Amino acid sequence: MNNTVKLHYIVDGEDFTRAGEASADVKKNLRKLGVPPDVIRKVAIALYEGEINMVIHANGGVIDVEVSPECISMALKDQGKGIEDVEKAMQEGYSTAPDEVRSLGFGAGMGLPNMKKYTDSMKIESTVGVGTNVYMTVSIS
Amino acid sequence: MTISDVKKALNCKVFCGEDLMDQEIHSACGSDMMSDVLAYVKDQSVLLTGLVNPQVVRTADMMDMLCIVFVRGKEPDQMMINLAQSRGIVLMNTSLRMFDACGALWDSGLRGGHKSDE
Repeated sequence: MNNTVKLHYIVDGEDFTRAGEASADVKKNLRKLGVPPDVIRKVAIALYEGEINMVIHANGGVIDVEVSPECISMALKDQGKGIEDVEKAMQEGYSTAPDEVRSLGFGAGMGLPNMKKYTDSMKIESTVGVGTNVYMTVSIS
Repeated sequence: MTISDVKKALNCKVFCGEDLMDQEIHSACGSDMMSDVLAYVKDQSVLLTGLVNPQVVRTADMMDMLCIVFVRGKEPDQMMINLAQSRGIVLMNTSLRMFDACGALWDSGLRGGHKSDE
């Protein structure tokens, strides 16, 4: 694989049951490209948590993934309500998710910490009332 | 042990993946919180859970798990079965509760796959 491969997804915010389809497709593509399994696992988990967040908090958004021989870059952008206190949101256990989300197995305040844990870099840009952009990279080495 | 051995140990009903029962498994985990599965699981191939929704199948898929066992006799719907089939994941249930199901698998020699088990 010498060239950069770009993948683009629109995440539907209406249907929680479909949340994760983009991440599953990225995983399938990375496998086809011959990316090492441990790198695929990290990307899949980080992206899946991000995708779930988009559906829970922001009514969907767009995901762009760029695969180069050196690293996988992910950009998740939404036009949701934004994050008031990013530092607080990064703490394990802190969550603003409604109870119905908890009953589905998420909303325990693990999403953003998980995304940080499984990526080599992560940057959050968020403006209340405008939306949130999350940038993550995982190195291939 | 194989997925077939898990089926025997927990007296499971199989919903899909009958042709995948000979796969070897080395460890398992039990959780109703999918974020915890994503945070702490590493190469466990069986997930025991009391949670029944499509995100359970998607979580297992992200973690390359081979089999999901629903405890307390819970049954997946057709959408979940279709999703699991497309991802090559075995879906089963057992009438046992979580604690007893985990205990029965431990008795059969299966472990959690963490260092503290060794």
